[in-house]
Formats: sequence, C-alpha cells, structure tokens
Amino acid sequence: MSQEHIDQAISREYAAGFVSAIESDTLPPGLDEDVIRFISARKNEPDWLLEWRLEAYRGWQQMTEPKWAHVHYPPIDLNEVSYYSSPKSMQDGPKSLDEVDPELLAMYEKLGIPLHEQEMLAGVAVDAVFDSVSVATTFRGKLAEAGVIFCPISEAVHSHPELVRKYIGSVVPRRDNYYAALNSAVFSDGSFVYIPKGVRCPMELSTYFRINEAKTGQFERTLIIAEEGSHVSYLEGCTAPMRDENQLHAAVVELVALDGAQIKYSTVQNWYPGDAQGKGGIYNFVTKRGVAHRDAKISWTQVETGSAVTWKYPSCILRGDNSVGEFYSVALTNNFQQADTGTKMIHLGKNTRSTIISKGISAGQSSNAYRGLVRMSPKATGARNYTQCDSLLIGDRCAAHTFPYIESRNPSAVVEHEATTSKVSDDQLYLCQQRGLDAEKAVSMIVNGFCKEVFKELPMEFAVEAGKLLEVSLEGSVG
Amino acid sequence: MLEIENLHASVDGTDILKGLNLSVKAGEVHAIMGPNGSGKSTLGHVLAGRPGYTVTAGSVNFLGQDLLALETEERARLGLFLAFQYPVEIPGVSNMEFMKAAVDAQREQRGEKPVDAVTFMKSARETCKAVDLDPGFLKRGVNEGFSGGEKKRNELLQMMMLQPRLGILDETDSGLDIDALQVVARGVNSMRSPERAFVMVTHYQRLLDFIEPDFVHVLAGGRIVRSGDKSLALELEARGYAWLEDEVA
Repeated sequence: MSQEHIDQAISREYAAGFVSAIESDTLPPGLDEDVIRFISARKNEPDWLLEWRLEAYRGWQQMTEPKWAHVHYPPIDLNEVSYYSSPKSMQDGPKSLDEVDPELLAMYEKLGIPLHEQEMLAGVAVDAVFDSVSVATTFRGKLAEAGVIFCPISEAVHSHPELVRKYIGSVVPRRDNYYAALNSAVFSDGSFVYIPKGVRCPMELSTYFRINEAKTGQFERTLIIAEEGSHVSYLEGCTAPMRDENQLHAAVVELVALDGAQIKYSTVQNWYPGDAQGKGGIYNFVTKRGVAHRDAKISWTQVETGSAVTWKYPSCILRGDNSVGEFYSVALTNNFQQADTGTKMIHLGKNTRSTIISKGISAGQSSNAYRGLVRMSPKATGARNYTQCDSLLIGDRCAAHTFPYIESRNPSAVVEHEATTSKVSDDQLYLCQQRGLDAEKAVSMIVNGFCKEVFKELPMEFAVEAGKLLEVSLEGSVG
Repeated sequence: MLEIENLHASVDGTDILKGLNLSVKAGEVHAIMGPNGSGKSTLGHVLAGRPGYTVTAGSVNFLGQDLLALETEERARLGLFLAFQYPVEIPGVSNMEFMKAAVDAQREQRGEKPVDAVTFMKSARETCKAVDLDPGFLKRGVNEGFSGGEKKRNELLQMMMLQPRLGILDETDSGLDIDALQVVARGVNSMRSPERAFVMVTHYQRLLDFIEPDFVHVLAGGRIVRSGDKSLALELEARGYAWLEDEVA
C-alpha cells in the first residue's frame, strides 16, 4: 500500500488518553532523603524498610543512567518528577469496593475493566494501581480460601512482613541498575502475591496500572512468590493519559519460583506512546526478573504497544536443575516510538531449558530493537536454548535491530538462534484488498498472523484484547 | 455487466494496454489468449485495481458503476474476483480466518451481518471437497507452504466461497496437471450461471476443452485484435499468434 495509506493507518488517536478529574495529593517534584522519609512515613513503614530504601537511594546517587540501549531521548531531570501521588479520597484507604471513589470506578469502566462486573464474572482478580496507590483488590475472599495472598505490597509490608523482608530485593538487588535502584528508593506501591506450597491459584491474577497525575513518576514494585509445586498466572495491563510532557515509569518486578513452581507473567503494555510527531509519551524503564529453582518454570509473555521509549528485559535466572524459562514477546512501535527490549536467560543449573520467541513490528518512523542475552554457565551441563527473533517492517521509514548476545561456558550446552526480517509486502496487501478487506484491516490481519505464536501464550481473553490493541496501535500505518 | 472502452494503461511508465475494448454480459464466459507480454495479466490487474497500474485513458463500467473510480477493496466487494497467477503467502493468518474476513467485508457492504462461524466453517469444508483440498488447509496460513497446484485450488476455493459476479482467472490453468485442471474446470463450471460471468486469461487451448467459452479474444500489442468463438482457439492452437500479429502490423 502507499505511504499515504500507511500514514493514515498509523495515525489513529490514543483511545485510553483521557484525564480523570480526581483530586489528588501529590508530593512536590524533587528527590532527596526527606522525600523518601515522607513516602515511608506516609505508608507507616517499619524502620527496616526505610533503611532499605535509603540504602538504595545512596547507591543510586553513585550510579549513572545507562546509555547502551538503542534509544535516544533528551536527559531526564529527575528533580522535575513528583515521587508520590495519591488520589485524595483514598487517604484512609477503601475497605471495600463500595468505598471506592465512583469517579475512579467510572474511569476503570471507561478502560474496560469494570471491577463490579469482574467480581461477578469470577475469573480475574484485579489489583488496580492508580498512580501510586492500590485502589481495590477484588476477589480477596475467594483467594484467601486457597491460602493465596494477593494485595498491595504496601499492605503486605504490614500483614506479611517476614515474607516481604525475606524476598524483596532477592531477585533484583537494590543496586542492580540505575532505575531499579531509583525504584527501590521511592517505590510507592505495587502488587504482592504469595502462593502456598502445592496450591494452584484458582484464578488469573491481574493488576491494572494507570498514570493519571501530570509530572508524576510511577514506581511500582511487584513481588510474586510461588512456593514449592504451586502454580500462578498473573497479568498486568497499563495505560496513561495523553500529555505533552514525558512521564517516567520505572518499575521493578521480582518473581520467585521455588522448587517445582510455575509462574506465568503476562503484560499488555499500552502506556501513552506520544503523538504522531513524537511529543509526549511514557518513558518505560523497567526491570523484571525471576529466579527459577529446581524443576520450576517461569514464563514471560509481553505485548508492548505503548510508551515513547521502552527499555525492558524480562529475564530468568535458571538456578535450579531442570528449570525452564520462556520469553514470548510482541513489541510494536509506530510513529516516533523507540523500543529496546528483549530478555536474559541465565542458565546456572543442569539441564535447564529456555525458549525465546520475539516478534518486533516497526511502523512509521519508529525504531525497534531486540536485545537478548543467553548465558550458559560452566555448571549448566546439558542446558539448551532456542531463540527465534522475527522482525516485521511496515513502510520504509522505520527500523528494526537485533542484538543477540550468546555466552557459552559449557561445551555440552546447545544454543540455537534464528532470526528473520520481513516486510508487509505490497503483494500481500493487494491480495487482501482484492478479497474486499481495506488496507487497515489487512495490515492488522497480517501483523496478527505474524504474532500468532506469541498470542497463543496469552490467557484467552487477553489474546483477543492484544489483537485489538495491535489494530488500534497500527492505525494510520497503512498506505 | 462489464464494458471496457478504449482502455489505456501503463506500468512503471511503460504503456501496456493501448485502446482495449471488451464487452462482457452476465452469463458469458470469455477467454483471453495471446502471446507473452501482450498485456493479458495486466488487464486483470487493472480491472482489480492493483497499485502501480495506472489507467491513462478509457473507461470501465462494471454493474453500472465507474469501476476505475473505486478502490481495490470496493471493486472486490462489488463482486469482482481475481484468481491470481502467483498467489502470495500470508503466514500465520489461517485460510479460514482470511476467507471469513473477506466474506464478511462483502456482507457488510450489502448491509448484512457477519456470517455465522459454524455455518461458514461447514460450507468451507464442503467447498474444500469440491476443489479436492483437504479441509486441513483451512487451518493453515494462507498459501503458506502450499504447492503450486494447491495454491491454484486455494484461489478457486476462495472464489467459490465469495461467489463473485465476475470471476477473472489469470492463468489459473498454468502449472496444473490434467487431474487438477479438471478439478478447476469442474469448479468453474459449477459456478456458471445467468447472473455471473468469467474472463479467463490462458495460454492453452486445453483449458477451453473443459470450460467452454462463449467468446475467444486475442490480445496482442495491448489491444484485442481478433474475437471469435471457440473455433478461434483451435485455429490459434494450429497456427500460433504470429499471423495475427503480422495482420495487425
């Protein structure tokens, strides 16, 4: 199709870009130890956690921003960011859905996650994080029966301090990297999940993140602990309103899969990507990592369509023998979006296995890079990795890059890497159009076909949503 | 149904069609023959609205509408179907999904609701049998890993599911063995009706043994230089095209 069509199809407006008029209680911009003390006091945190935060902050002060990613953006002034924003009406904390600000609930409905309905639909328990505070967690009763803990991490600090203290920072250390250290210092809220030994979590768990307040950063922190032989599937969704200035999102996610446990973590990320000229949008600098013990399995699935700049590498440390790591990714960039995303598979145990399927789609004038590390340690006898890395280009002004890193220190380890780059061809579009499909529908169908291997890993209802999201994100990309 | 007058068209700046006239009425089957490079395939693509094929003069009326003013997909929804000579692959998009989207696009145009998935699947399975394709092909990506003959039968399958008013077959017979050729012919013949017309571009008289045309046209140098009935095809088989080209010159 022609460039003009492509431009039209890519230029559809951001559907989640409304601002909610909710009074909020926002900390003035800027970061120092007092800000950290304020956040910690606001959450009534125990001393050990305040110290933990301050230690992270001191470490962070000595670190510099990573520059190796294939992305370009003006320097971020972290003193312009507000590190805490809480909707005012939430100050005392809602006891139940009935106490939740009706405007908030209306906003969630606008986003298509009506909490009330979801309560009835039974199947997905949602922990909704609005700016920095968890708003409501549904289905708690049913989960409690199974012994599953699913609550805001700020609450877990009080109700299950021994678990939080034992595991926080155990997968992503406080000084792991610049943004992880920043998050450790200022994290405001996030989700906490604990699945007891041998328990199969009775439903999908889900968190919904939204940045609403202007000039706020969102620093949520998620910790999932799956005890021996337990199973859990967790999904997070993200949106933000349209704003001219860039907003920072620096999250940390830690997964602990103990012996024989399985954690499936799915992300549908639709942060505001900026406008068609590249103005505004979210900077999404996220550290996600899981440790898999013996016979455990960690599976990351991500559909990334939003954010102005993405810097994100959900990784697996395959510590225990026979542990399995998986990474299934669809990353779509349009207009002036930039993504540098991929994974790290660190094979430490014997007979560990990992699979990486990455699908990058670039449209408009965007840049999309896959960066992946597969490391076979000297003890990883019999370890195997398979990587498939496919890029699809739409139009002739976008870019796709692949940066695979393979380090093998064990002669018995097997690493396979396959990569392809293709274009949505004029002939494919012509065939679709000759059959009566308009160009936009055709591109979305071709792109969905390209992503099929990843979508089939998503929980059913989200696979449909992901398909629609791609369609919306590609609007204006067809010519 | 289809009235082509003085059609001139170029591809990449080269004039290919140079004043082509053709009139096709509902219920008729027309065969277009001619030497390589005479513009036979170009005609099909110009009618279908392939990007890069530029009409420089002339008019085409299809079912009372100015065909050339319509977008590619609008022409298709109106009932114009082109069976491709070299169908491309669309990996990961299942044949079933693709055909249903196409059928639904046509239905939407007519103000109808999308076809019920179960009904559609049943009818697609039956049509597979008619074109001698295993129903397993419905689940495979569009043309993905299909052999040449399977691709051609897949084109026929799509045409039978879409039930167009005008079917243009661009060398659908080329590369087919005699059994596959008969399958294609049986499919086309089963679709012949007073409401529907076919334009078949072909190199070989043998297709016309199985699908009997009402008219045979010879396209040379971008124009139709001779029209006749089935016997013209036999004459061409015997004499080749050179004598006609000489006459035109």
